[in-house]
Amino acid sequence: MDLELIKTIGWILVKIVAIIVPVILTIVYLMYFERKVIGFMQARVGPNRVGYRGLLQPWADGIKLLFKEVLVPSSSNKYLFIVAPMITMAAAMAAWAVVPFGTGLVLANINAGVLYILAVMSLGVYGVIIAGWASNSKYAFLGALRCSAQMISYEIAMGFALVGVLMAAGSLNLTEIVMAQQGGFWHWYWIPLLPLFVVHWVSSVAETNRAPFDIAEGESEIVAGFHVEYSGMAFAVFFLAEYANMILLALLAAIFYMGGWLSPFEGIPYLGQWFAFVPGPIWLILKTCLFLFLYLWFRATFPRFRYDQVMRLGWKVYIPVTLVWIVVVALLVQFKIGPWFS
Amino acid sequence: MEIDWLKFFFYCYAALALFGATMVIFSRNSVRAVLFLVLTFVASAGLWMLLQAEFLALILILVYVGAVMVLFLFVVMMLNMNLSPLKEGFVRYLPLGILIAATIVAQLVWVYKNTDMAALHLGELAQKPADYSNITELGLALYTDYLYPFEIAGVILLVAIIAAIALTFRGPQNRRSQNIAVQVATRKDDRLRVIKDVGPDSDLKA
Repeated sequence: MDLELIKTIGWILVKIVAIIVPVILTIVYLMYFERKVIGFMQARVGPNRVGYRGLLQPWADGIKLLFKEVLVPSSSNKYLFIVAPMITMAAAMAAWAVVPFGTGLVLANINAGVLYILAVMSLGVYGVIIAGWASNSKYAFLGALRCSAQMISYEIAMGFALVGVLMAAGSLNLTEIVMAQQGGFWHWYWIPLLPLFVVHWVSSVAETNRAPFDIAEGESEIVAGFHVEYSGMAFAVFFLAEYANMILLALLAAIFYMGGWLSPFEGIPYLGQWFAFVPGPIWLILKTCLFLFLYLWFRATFPRFRYDQVMRLGWKVYIPVTLVWIVVVALLVQFKIGPWFS
Repeated sequence: MEIDWLKFFFYCYAALALFGATMVIFSRNSVRAVLFLVLTFVASAGLWMLLQAEFLALILILVYVGAVMVLFLFVVMMLNMNLSPLKEGFVRYLPLGILIAATIVAQLVWVYKNTDMAALHLGELAQKPADYSNITELGLALYTDYLYPFEIAGVILLVAIIAAIALTFRGPQNRRSQNIAVQVATRKDDRLRVIKDVGPDSDLKA
């Protein structure tokens, strides 16, 4: 073992911690803001007892869940029952390895970044299926089946939407995709790829099993879906993984369609210069927060889809839309149309 | 001692793949067998990654692990198979199994013996720089030199899809499909009748 290798590994570990810790903190306060935002939308105040304006509420919840007993149903498959939340969490965290936060601010700047993210996200569905099956409960099993069907369907729509992005950017590398959108607000991909942007974002909501696509949990139909038998920390891990995925997909939507860390005022006289001092990651965080707010807004306003409606939307509406728009993007790129592909 | 990390990871993934493949056969529970098959795929993806075929490795995970095996698991979980009748013929089919295994091993040995390993330039294969994109190379090869085979393979897959649908399609009888356009176009007035004034002799009055 040479010193150089230990140094490299140590430096990578430092970077991993520098990504994971802010992600966990964001998860914690996303939960708080979710309860607050939905509370205000429903004319309530939300949590306001623990700490100043309830700011310590997520910590109180976390400590409570930590000290609760993790019940393992006697007729469950014990090994898989314990492993399932770990798989979900590992997949949710592993995807962060290739996410760039600014020019060069990335743990692994790999060429196949988009593919890596899709591959790792597709592993997350195993946690849910295994949880549903290992619990040996009918509600959990129904939730797992619904979830796997939904996630596979929307992964296809999302994959096709990303085909449009990579055709426009000419790269699978996340940093290069952002760099291809340079030139201010009107040069971002949300305009030429508007249908794909909508499909991608709605698929993101469906991929994370959030309302109005939360048929995998559907508390009015199947109690709590795939995690009905989970308690204490095992349940908390599922919860954390769901929020980590939400943040990841909000960030990816910002990277793919909203110019990532690029300033929206780039190239605009006066405004561009005034805001030139703002560092890139700040813009990325602001854009991510916008999408995260959309998640909360959707949850507070939309009723849950019926299962057949979810399937119809994915297969009969979104996939054909993406297929048509991929051809349009191909023509746009081939003939160098507009300010985007010239 | 200098450790060859490439070899180290190769043997890790290879051992994992072999372990997974063996457990697929020997698992008593069919769901566990499918999960071990998933493990085998992931380990194989790791091996391909070591060969610098990151596109193929990620596609293996995306397509086989992320979609095909999920559908497998879906079916196997719902079937709730009893494996004991399947295990009964173990001894009876053992000679045939050994024969097939021996044939495959013989083929492998024959290919290995008859290949000039030095002519393959194995050392030169792993000499690409880190920013080398084999996705671009693969795309160029598929859409220029091998365009026709590639498109024909796509058409064959399409035929298979249509065939599967045609086999399971039971015709238009006994189908109760929903007309989504009608559902969406429904307004409140179609479903709800508001009775404002309830007279004294109406039976609606409590």
